[in-house]
Amino acid sequence: MLTKRIIPCLDVKGGQTVKGINFSNLRNAGDPVELAALYANQGADELVFLDISATQEVRKTMSKWVKDVARQINIPFTVGGGIAAVHDVAALLEAGADKVSINSAAVRNPNLINELANHFGSQCIVLAIDARKIHNTWVVHTHGGKNPTDKRLFSWAKEGQERGAGEILFTSMDHDGTKNGFALDPLEKLHHLLTIPVIASGGAGTMGHFADVFALAKADGALAASVFHFGEISIPELKIFLQNHQIPVRL
Amino acid sequence: MRIAVIKYNAGNIQSVAYALERLDVRFSITDNPEEIASADKVIFPGVGQAQTTMRYLREQKLDEVIRTLQQPVLGICLGMQLMCRFSEEGSTECLGIFDETVKRFLTNAQHNVPHMGWNQVEFTNNEIGPFMQPANFYFVHSYYVPVNKYTIAQCHYGQPFSAMMRKNNFLAVQFHPEKSAQTGDHILRYFLHAF
Repeated sequence: MLTKRIIPCLDVKGGQTVKGINFSNLRNAGDPVELAALYANQGADELVFLDISATQEVRKTMSKWVKDVARQINIPFTVGGGIAAVHDVAALLEAGADKVSINSAAVRNPNLINELANHFGSQCIVLAIDARKIHNTWVVHTHGGKNPTDKRLFSWAKEGQERGAGEILFTSMDHDGTKNGFALDPLEKLHHLLTIPVIASGGAGTMGHFADVFALAKADGALAASVFHFGEISIPELKIFLQNHQIPVRL
Repeated sequence: MRIAVIKYNAGNIQSVAYALERLDVRFSITDNPEEIASADKVIFPGVGQAQTTMRYLREQKLDEVIRTLQQPVLGICLGMQLMCRFSEEGSTECLGIFDETVKRFLTNAQHNVPHMGWNQVEFTNNEIGPFMQPANFYFVHSYYVPVNKYTIAQCHYGQPFSAMMRKNNFLAVQFHPEKSAQTGDHILRYFLHAF
């Protein structure tokens, strides 16, 4: 049986790891390569790096630190941030990334998903969706959550799957940084709507939140940042906790 | 010891190279037939499509080189599949080292394709020293080799399939040891130092 994935997320800006509280007030949480190696040794199943400066500053010098990370760690990792073209993806995969995540550029040009999936295979294309509930509707936002769009979470996720995305990474902006738990209802709905894996992001505060997102919302993976970065939850303890709750994990 | 990593349009060559660097072994990434044939051990990596890859290997005359290697050879993922006789992916005639057919996973509600993530592998043959106990490895693949007489470890995804096979000097793994944390490193070390 495939195990549920625990995925620390490292937001990177200017080569440094940061974590935004509701996407603002950045706090420094360390060196990405060091953190990556630490998490790999602790039993993280996968890592996600989001270069949060990339979209805004159109900075694509990620290959350097991606290469440094790939040299250090022996688990799969995803890189996102400012990816808008086939050649961006080629450079990151060559540097050693296993998957890339696309967000704003896919909203702007949905055909990018088809193009990348055809070129590199669905298995390495993650569609990241940031959404917030406005008047009872999950509205997709771009540019690090700044700009609302006319896309809606469920139809956009479904379209992403049909266009060839291999995985959906859904961040609830309403839950991100709150530590009050993941957005269980929309996550469960995504699970039933899609056949590709769904990764939950935003809201992790306790080990119980992880158990809920796997057992109740049926997420395939759960992503979190600050609870790991600041040592509030240790990955080995979390995995034993999940195993005790009958959730299949890699120990 | 000189390790040759076969160079072709495979997606994971860089990851395999980094893994070998971490294990502190010397290697070269090469498509030179003499260099491959004279290496102490050979690694045949692979992420890609069977038909285009086989065509490339034939054009480079690497198919015959790989098939006739006498030293220890490790095939990874697509590398393992191409060591079989035939693949349903693009109806491709492969190298025929293992007389087996590579099949496509069927998608159903519980089993999406590709099979991607960490899954448990059970060793059915006790020659792989540290792995008497089941262990988790990282998989990414849409095609599989059914369990057969060469299978020394198996995994389950909808049905059982070969996670690891052996025939004489050829060792093959469906998972990615280069991405499978410490358990993957064990497999690489086994190949490098004990196989």
